[in-house]
Amino acid sequence: MAQIFHRSANTLARASILGVVLLLSAVGAALMEFQRSPYVTAQHIAPEQPVPFSHQHHAAGLGLDCRYCHTSVEDSSFAGIPPTKTCMNCHAQIWTNAPMLAPVRYSFSSGQSLQWTRVHDLPDFVYFNHSIHVNKGVGCYSCHGQVDAMPLMYEENTLQMEWCLNCHREPEKFLRPKEKVFDMRYQQPSIAHAVEVDGKSYTSQFELGKALRQKYHLRTSQDITSCSTCHR
Amino acid sequence: MSNKSDSSPNLISANQIKPASLELEAVRKKLAEAKGPKYWRTLEELSDQKAFGELLEREFPRQASEWVDPVSRRGFLKLAGASMALAGLAGCTRQPLEQILPYVRQPEQLVPGKPIFYATAMPFHGHALPLLVETHEFRPTKIEGNPLHAASMGATDLFAQASILNLYDPDRSTTLTHMGELRPWGEFAMALNSEVRARKALQGAGLRFLTGAVSSPAFGWQMKTVQQSFPQSKWHRWDPVNRDNMRAGSKLAFGGYYDPIYKFENAAVVVSLDADFLSGAWFPGFVRYARDFMRGRKLENGDQMNRLYVAESSPSTTGAKADHRLVLRPSEVENIARGLAAKLGVAVTAGHLSGDQQKWIDALAADLMEHKGKCLVVPGEFQSPAVHALTHAINGALGNIGQTVSYIDPVEVDPVEHGQSIRELIADMNAGKVETLIIIGGNPAYNTPVDLEFVKALDKVKLRIQFSSYKNETTDHMHWHVPETHYLEAWSDARSYDGTATIIQPMIMPLYDGKSAHEALSAFTDQLGTSSHELVQTYWKSQHPTVDFETWWRTAVHDGFVKDSASPARQVTPKIAALPALPAADPGAIEVSFRPDPTIYDGAFINNAWLQETPKPLSRNTWDNVAMISPAMAKAWGLYLLNDENDHQSDAQRILEVEFQGRKVEVPYWPQPGHPDNAITLFLGYGQEKTGRVGAGTGYDAYKVRPSTAQYIGAGAIITVTNRFWDIAVTQGHFSMEEREPVKVANLEEFIKNKNFAHEHPDEEPKDGGDRQESLYPNFKTKENFYQKYAWGMSIDLNSCVGCQACAVACQAENNISVVGKEQVQRGREMQWIRIDSYYEGDPANPSVYFQPVPCMQCENAPCEPVCPVGATVHSTEGLNDMVYNRCVGTRYCSNNCPYKVRRFNFFLFADYDTPSLKLGRNPDVTVRSRGVMEKCTYCIQRITAARIASEKEDRDVRDGEIKTACQQVCPTEAIVFGDINNPDSRVRKIKDGPRRYDLLAELNTRPRTTYVAAVRNPNPKLASGTERA
Repeated sequence: MAQIFHRSANTLARASILGVVLLLSAVGAALMEFQRSPYVTAQHIAPEQPVPFSHQHHAAGLGLDCRYCHTSVEDSSFAGIPPTKTCMNCHAQIWTNAPMLAPVRYSFSSGQSLQWTRVHDLPDFVYFNHSIHVNKGVGCYSCHGQVDAMPLMYEENTLQMEWCLNCHREPEKFLRPKEKVFDMRYQQPSIAHAVEVDGKSYTSQFELGKALRQKYHLRTSQDITSCSTCHR
Repeated sequence: MSNKSDSSPNLISANQIKPASLELEAVRKKLAEAKGPKYWRTLEELSDQKAFGELLEREFPRQASEWVDPVSRRGFLKLAGASMALAGLAGCTRQPLEQILPYVRQPEQLVPGKPIFYATAMPFHGHALPLLVETHEFRPTKIEGNPLHAASMGATDLFAQASILNLYDPDRSTTLTHMGELRPWGEFAMALNSEVRARKALQGAGLRFLTGAVSSPAFGWQMKTVQQSFPQSKWHRWDPVNRDNMRAGSKLAFGGYYDPIYKFENAAVVVSLDADFLSGAWFPGFVRYARDFMRGRKLENGDQMNRLYVAESSPSTTGAKADHRLVLRPSEVENIARGLAAKLGVAVTAGHLSGDQQKWIDALAADLMEHKGKCLVVPGEFQSPAVHALTHAINGALGNIGQTVSYIDPVEVDPVEHGQSIRELIADMNAGKVETLIIIGGNPAYNTPVDLEFVKALDKVKLRIQFSSYKNETTDHMHWHVPETHYLEAWSDARSYDGTATIIQPMIMPLYDGKSAHEALSAFTDQLGTSSHELVQTYWKSQHPTVDFETWWRTAVHDGFVKDSASPARQVTPKIAALPALPAADPGAIEVSFRPDPTIYDGAFINNAWLQETPKPLSRNTWDNVAMISPAMAKAWGLYLLNDENDHQSDAQRILEVEFQGRKVEVPYWPQPGHPDNAITLFLGYGQEKTGRVGAGTGYDAYKVRPSTAQYIGAGAIITVTNRFWDIAVTQGHFSMEEREPVKVANLEEFIKNKNFAHEHPDEEPKDGGDRQESLYPNFKTKENFYQKYAWGMSIDLNSCVGCQACAVACQAENNISVVGKEQVQRGREMQWIRIDSYYEGDPANPSVYFQPVPCMQCENAPCEPVCPVGATVHSTEGLNDMVYNRCVGTRYCSNNCPYKVRRFNFFLFADYDTPSLKLGRNPDVTVRSRGVMEKCTYCIQRITAARIASEKEDRDVRDGEIKTACQQVCPTEAIVFGDINNPDSRVRKIKDGPRRYDLLAELNTRPRTTYVAAVRNPNPKLASGTERA
């Protein structure tokens, strides 16, 4: 009986074995990539808000401190979203008739809250605490990015667990002096730009981070990567 | 229950019932042969039945882990296929968009995300428990005791813990109705106002008020004002669980009403004559008394410890803690009191006393005489007035008055005997003298004495108005029903057991437009529309005309009490002149005891799911009440008939028909070790016909046979054994520990001789913890960075635990633990993270009882950790067995491998994700678990984290005592201590270094972080009776 398949079919068979492996890995890789994509994480996407509030204008332009609005960031797990009253402190005087601010004025007169869409939204089983981070020298910038350059607020980072662990495993890479936590223009030390702490000048982030880690009594990385640090 | 047909799901037909034998004689023989103490939990275990053997081999009891729902194979495959297909997709869901709604004007003191604690108090039938309430953004979420207040000292009871669920109960009354139809408040106000004018013209003739016992001074003042402008009106009182006997006894001994205040801290010998002062809220002052009493049993400084004698007619947790317990039928308690009084020189005579009783009294009297002025005799609330009068006399004769007991003016406003008060009201209603009846709170149509026929009389009243937070049986007979506020919703005031006044401040606006009792009365003082706040403030202003009122008010509200307002002790001398003759007791007659239910009280908490699912301290049944009889009676009546051989008594209990004074009720029996023979205990509060979704269809209604002449005790019940069964859900046999000697006990003498008696087990871990690591488990001690800074640990003192269940409910509130319902409890799927095991020892007729709370042990060598395939339960650096809900895929390997059986699995979606009002009450710091997720005690990790963060921000270490777990905080007897065992000065470290510390199942070398302190009993060497250890 004649061969049904030509000898070259062997190559095809070999290739298809390899092909299946490649395909499966590709699907796997695609899923992993998809899982990290902005479509899932909402990274770099500015959702629609009732008022197109600009952090760029308020923080960089007018020089407002983060804590003027986010009052509880140093005391509480929740940084705080300003009550309408905070907006009206200024906007009762300036831009009093701006159509853009109509929802704010309506909220103030009717007593109904503004309905902001949450930009940085952790899953409900994650318990993040702002106060301990800012008290240990983690700058706003480290998680939220260059907020004072954002006309509309978006998520700079994925806020996925692997991203959290990047820092929890090696906080040295990100720590900065406490008084610089709210400084949006702070630069990490480099050869060209030294950072001075307690009279000592640092030119490498690693050295500075190590020093700050000791100074601020950070818990060990094993401690802060224990599951119950964030999950309960 | 007569209204239940055979088709009711509670009933099982008597077909194919096989007899199972529990031979008491054989058991006794077995006990006598056994060497050393032997502990048992159920009567089956004692008789070594097959069913029990099966029970203890399982990870979860019975069918908990089996698919027993009626689903076909085909249906199952469909579901399985669908879930496989969806399983992969679940990981890729996008998070839904969430919104943030900030305040418009943020309240000044509020820091979003941080709880605020406010002082208040929970009024409870004529006294109050002072509280601190945790609020998140002004939503109350958790109740704690007020540590500054002498009546609480930071602890609470289970009713206070669970009362927060009543606030958010979706079945509360939400609407004002007239004859069942919705009406606006304005219409009611108009109707009420015109009635007030009409009554005023008649001097208040025909106007009656009915409330429970009230301790609110402001309410009393309002009522006084009402009675001035309506001189012919009357204020009646009815609480089904009242203090009539105490009042009458006080009148007998002192000629007037006085409340006794006990000072257990001064008493070396305490005698309880049916007094249940270690059980719960119906004993005013329980929280403080339990603490004071148990402080005398800690053996921390020296070998001194108090001694407790209990003579009781129905097993209680007080009896369980007794060093000597005498089992009596209810009517015999008075005779014992007489015998004791006579022995101590009070001029009374006792009736016939048996040889054992006489011996008991002799030894007791001798012990009391040795401790004159340092002993205390406490009468039971449910015992006759004569017993109360006799105890006053005995305390007088022993010189205890002023030392261990003092007397104050009643805390209750205008105290009356409720039985008399309700009788007068009903008589007047029948005589047509009552035209307007205002009922504030309560449920008289359900719980008034059955012989008085309240409902029949009620229909003769022309206008009936009810203020109540639930629509209940009484509502059906009312013209107007007005929703009443919860105590966390309105301003009020109250006095605790010692008279200290507290301003009750609300935590939240009324959820359903309710009106408070103060507002109800305001119509009669021409103040309709005035807020409770103003009414209460007006009263207190009138009491403090000279002070800077604003400051005074703020201080009182902030502290949670009015300074120096405790009632002063009165100088009184008891006289026993005319004691009613000792009622003749027929030894053959069956006596009935009526008791408030340990978890739902008089029925007020019937719709509270936490309390329904909390096992009753001794019978450990849930979702029903049972009727307790003695095991010997059960045997005599041939009641040990089980559904099938593999069954055990928690499933189906025979129904008894109890006939008392011509009325009948059908009850499931429960053989309670330690119950007297020829007696039956019925529990009040269940069997309500009109209640919410939780309480509907639970239990039997004991009020149906409770007459006014025998409110607590009666003789002459006729019991008929029916051929039907009642399905009850009992947890006593669940999560069994096999015969591993889980509790360790010694007598004081033994303890003094051998302080380390609890360590005798050869496999016990080295006392210092040591470095010995003969284990296959990873040794975290030698791992870098583990156990370095903090090592959390807990110690539970078996000597102090009174089994009151408050910790279980506190844990449920703190950790958002779901309830599962009766059917699921029967399958052993109950979720409470801390269970209180009760172990019996000795003869079932009068055993010793030990309580052992069992939360997660947080093992250092944790068997649960290595078996988890997804790393959902892992070791933290501080030694906790972290439970990561979001990782858990529900293999349940961990619970299968847990020797302590403390893991709980969400077999279904037990958490309520839909009801809006319940969402308000959840603890925002703890995940609400979904279906298919394992959960367990985490040492309240949210509290640890909060305290650790607070300390780190201040750059210091966590202070000892700064972290209190929910169970520790609520515990009235300080049985639970939590802290850092690395800190040599911490309280928990010191207790763990003490001689009595032992590890549960130490032979398994799990190195539990939760350890126990062995119990020590202090029996009188001169007295050896049934409860003594061999």
